[in-house]
Amino acid sequence: MKVLVAVKRVIDYNVKIRVKPDNSNVDLTNVKMAMNPFCEIAVEEAVRLKEKGVATEIVAVTIGPKQAQEQLRTALALGADRAIHVETDEQVDSLGAAKAFAKLVEDEQPGLVLLGKQAIDSDNNQAGQMLAALTDLPQGTFASDVNVEGEKVTVTREIDGGLQTIELSLPAIITTDLRLNEPRYAKLPDIMKAKKKPLDVKSADDLGVSFASNVSLVSVEPPAERQGGIKVGSVDELIDKLKNEAKVL
Amino acid sequence: MSILVLADLHEGQLAGATASVVAAAQQIIKDSGGDIDVLIAGDNVHAAAEAAAKLDGVSKVRVADNAVYAHQLAEPMGKLLAELAGDYTHVLASASTTGKNVMPRLAALKDVSQISDIISVESADTFKRPIYAGNAIATVKSDDALKVITVRPSAYDGVAESGGAPVEAVDVVVENSQSTFINEALAKSDRPELAGAKVVISGGRGMGNGENFKLLDGIADKLGAAIGASRAAVDAGFVPNDMQVGQTGKIVAPDLYIAVGISGAIQHLAGMKDAKVIVAINKDEEAPIFQVADYGLVADLFEALPEFEQKL
Ligand SMILES: Cc1cc2nc3c(=O)[nH]c(=O)nc-3n(C[C@H](O)[C@H](O)[C@H](O)COP(=O)(O)OP(=O)(O)OC[C@H]3O[C@@H](n4cnc5c(N)ncnc54)[C@H](O)[C@@H]3O)c2cc1C
Ligand SMILES: Nc1ncnc2c1ncn2[C@@H]1O[C@H](COP(=O)(O)O)[C@@H](O)[C@H]1O
Repeated sequence: MKVLVAVKRVIDYNVKIRVKPDNSNVDLTNVKMAMNPFCEIAVEEAVRLKEKGVATEIVAVTIGPKQAQEQLRTALALGADRAIHVETDEQVDSLGAAKAFAKLVEDEQPGLVLLGKQAIDSDNNQAGQMLAALTDLPQGTFASDVNVEGEKVTVTREIDGGLQTIELSLPAIITTDLRLNEPRYAKLPDIMKAKKKPLDVKSADDLGVSFASNVSLVSVEPPAERQGGIKVGSVDELIDKLKNEAKVL
Repeated sequence: MSILVLADLHEGQLAGATASVVAAAQQIIKDSGGDIDVLIAGDNVHAAAEAAAKLDGVSKVRVADNAVYAHQLAEPMGKLLAELAGDYTHVLASASTTGKNVMPRLAALKDVSQISDIISVESADTFKRPIYAGNAIATVKSDDALKVITVRPSAYDGVAESGGAPVEAVDVVVENSQSTFINEALAKSDRPELAGAKVVISGGRGMGNGENFKLLDGIADKLGAAIGASRAAVDAGFVPNDMQVGQTGKIVAPDLYIAVGISGAIQHLAGMKDAKVIVAINKDEEAPIFQVADYGLVADLFEALPEFEQKL
């Protein structure tokens, strides 16, 4: 079974972002970029499926600027067999990404598509679900356990009240939650080997999709800053402050 | 203008978040007027429909009561919503795991974008939403004919329950041979729901193990608090996943949030920094949580918690 895995280039999760002074967007100049953490989990799951003999080929896909190839190379070093880069300098929202993926699903006919549950830049949490709708395939979102058995896949999902287990027919779309696995690190020899693995570059036109969106960004502001508070010296003082100053007890 | 609100259900009952989503819907129709319908979809959901009919501001409740909608699986729910959406300018749901699961399917079927997790309505087409784990607030404008939106419930006080809207059946039935519900393991608790609680006390990796979370129980009992956790505490298996507060867990905005043995990573702050009052108990005086805490206590939690409980 072929597995398609989504890899998005985003700001490194450790970096604290700044808003541009003109409030037009966040400032990404000279900011460390990395693979979206949920995509790392998706790649790891694909690699584990291959190690188990379930997956036969892993195709890593990104949609984004030239530099996004860095993240594809990382996916190749981690165990993807080949990569597809849909190159664009446009802003691609989740619907645009889902449309590109839908076309690739049609071309590649994978048994499973793994995406992150959300991109940590936009925090949208949409693309996998949209891809499932566009391809009329079932979805297992926020997965913390995935088991392929024959023509079906069982997915345990992290939901508000606890855990839910569902069974889906294949092909299926799965989005990863934090506890699905712990991603491995790429080893140096694998990073070298990854440079020789095939990487196809395609354009939106090649796929016949448009990334135009009807949603526009009006402005971006920093959130209301919290005033730093005080340190209390004892439990007694804490209780006194909560009762008499904050009046929350 | 006409709005459809997809109700959140919890074990077949109406969940509190729905009242908050209706409040957001009222903001949208504030200037131009219009109807707010609530959709209850599920299996055997009469009680939830009656509860929704009481919500102030609701014009009517539409009930799709059929086994195919049990557990609100995404595939049939997406099709049902797409079928009904033609009558509306906006479709709203809470940014719960159900709303997040289902609504993007509707958006894609209608070829429109979705606006996720709004915290404020500027006008009928312009909304504010947090991005980058809440480190920036984006104002976005949608020119789509249909607006598909999820609402962060903690950003809105729920509407009151003095209404009596009519309830009518929806007879749209769709097929689903793609997904099957197997089971659910839902946490049972007598405590208030994390997302709506007035007081939340959360433990992090500093709690050491799951057993030690008992140190929070007595305090939670006295304060009527819900208990939460950091991702590290969940990943380590101290407590179940539904207790995680943060960018990728639950978003809470209680009157009082007490963080115990939590360092204060941005992903955790994203879930609780809208609390009115934040207390941090941590033995490391450099812990970043102290930068957002109104009251910080530098102490070993194993000494501070029993004393706090006793003196409350
Ligand atoms: C994509 C992504 C999403 C994430 N989403 C979330 C999320 O939704 N929610 C979340 O919480 N995290 C999330 N994280 C993880 C986050 O980055 C941190 O790793 C996590 O919040 C740390 O949890 P912690 O504060 O409990 O642990 P630590 O950072 O290890 O902190 C433990 C604290 O306990 C204190 N301590 C230890 N012993 C004691 C004692 N005896 N008495 C008092 N204090 C003590 C220590 O001083 C320390 O400050 C996410 C990370 C990523 C990459
Ligand atoms: N431009 C993109 N390139 C590759 N994958 C993407 C892209 N946009 C979204 N995805 C995938 O879809 C997931 C959810 O993204 P979103 O719905 O935008 O938050 C991400 O974790 C990625 O796996």
